[in-house]
Amino acid sequence: MPNYVLFLHEDPADWAGVSPEEMQRVIEKYRAWHEGLVRDGRLVEGYKLVDGSGRTIVRRGGETSETDGPYAEAREIVGGLFVVQADGYDAAAEIARECPALEYGTRIELREVDPT
Amino acid sequence: MVSALCRVFGPHNLELAEDVVQEALLRALREWPFRGVPDDPRAWLTRVARNRALDLLRRDASLARKAPLLRVEEGSGPLPEVFFDGEVEDDTLRMVFTCCHPAVPREARVALTLKTVGGFGVPEIARAYLAKPATIAQRLVRAKRRIREAGVRFEVPAGEQLPARLDSVLEVLYLVFNEGYAAASGEAALRADVCAEAIRLAEKVAAHPATALPRAHALAALLLLQGARLPARTDDGGDPVLLPGQDRSRWDPGMLARGFAHLERAARGGHLSPYHLEAGIAAAHAAAPSFEATDWPYILTLYDALLAVKPSPVASLNRAVALAMGEGPGPALEAVDGLADHPALAEYPLLHAVRGDLLARLGETGRAAACFRRALELPLSEPDRRLMERRARECEAEGRAETRLPAAGQVFGT
Repeated sequence: MPNYVLFLHEDPADWAGVSPEEMQRVIEKYRAWHEGLVRDGRLVEGYKLVDGSGRTIVRRGGETSETDGPYAEAREIVGGLFVVQADGYDAAAEIARECPALEYGTRIELREVDPT
Repeated sequence: MVSALCRVFGPHNLELAEDVVQEALLRALREWPFRGVPDDPRAWLTRVARNRALDLLRRDASLARKAPLLRVEEGSGPLPEVFFDGEVEDDTLRMVFTCCHPAVPREARVALTLKTVGGFGVPEIARAYLAKPATIAQRLVRAKRRIREAGVRFEVPAGEQLPARLDSVLEVLYLVFNEGYAAASGEAALRADVCAEAIRLAEKVAAHPATALPRAHALAALLLLQGARLPARTDDGGDPVLLPGQDRSRWDPGMLARGFAHLERAARGGHLSPYHLEAGIAAAHAAAPSFEATDWPYILTLYDALLAVKPSPVASLNRAVALAMGEGPGPALEAVDGLADHPALAEYPLLHAVRGDLLARLGETGRAAACFRRALELPLSEPDRRLMERRARECEAEGRAETRLPAAGQVFGT
């Protein structure tokens, strides 16, 4: 069964207006989602990335340059990623659709890992 | 958790405690999904929030002023364990007493309690209050400043202070409940949450040895007996169902039982508070097997006793409704007409609704319709608006009114 990577693109500001009660509800939803994946043997890995935009390294004309972030104007960052096992894109998308963060503006990029 | 942190850092740091709890939750929200929820989530949150608070306090420009606090925190070995089951209860009560302190402006106490103890968001409170979020936010900021300036201590008061402070707490919980029960608008689910929070806190006050006075039990009884009817108060479409039409099997039996138990405890004392009398009225309704079998003369005597200790035009209006049931619409209409000039009721839609109903029962459909139309000019919830609209149309079209009567404890939140 192939592995799929879920990249969670989020804007930390999306969470600014969420009340503590609501946050606890989201955490509870996440816990249920996470446990379901573990129980079904779907979850391979989950990584939280350190906040911030990271760095971008490029080589142009033999010169290596390093800049902060993918691009400076981006407010959206990849907050973290999951690796799940699924039987095709449709099944993987079904897992992603249940992710509670979607309700709060997070966008999920789904990619299949090339098994070869 | 805010309550627990307040105990560690003092209520003058209420705002700080709220901020760091929010931050800790936000961090949890963005970490746990990827790592899984820790074995003891509360301990994790508390640790993160407390460390963050310590960081902020250390950085604070007025470090000198807070230095003693930090010395205690850092010098006494392991930080105090913030959560013990019993202490959580105590902390919640301490927080309620802090929010309802006389130093806090009266109109801010309800919002502050909902926000700090109940965890409701500013937009939710604003919706429940029909106020702008900015207004509520401002009110909260002022309230917290007052707590800081007045040096309010984070405690359940004792001795001479207790009675007055407890009265303020009971009044606030009563208002919180009414906000949910009889709010002029707002979402049903949100209003039920507000009611449930008031009941939760009232039962806590009644359960704590320091505050379990008869009137605290009376308030808990009142809120439980009223709250038990919530499931039957709206139909599937969200429209109000008045007391005569309610399916009494949908009243929450567990809440009724707890309500009667508190009422019994409330009776162990010589003092009769308004809460006792209001709880007695609610109990009379709860004990009646059907609307027709309600003991109206008994309810009337309770209203008379209530008006004697706590005169209020709204209670008088409710008494008139009970009078209509006991002695007919004629005497009740006289009583309502006597209230019509009361300034507090001028903009009160239920005065006109009751008047309209009584007139309709007397066959004066034209005048009744005018009353319902008058009620419609005043602020009403959407379902109540539909009800008034329907009654007005019925009176106008059919030339005679149906004889249903909004009864005490139903539309009025008594």
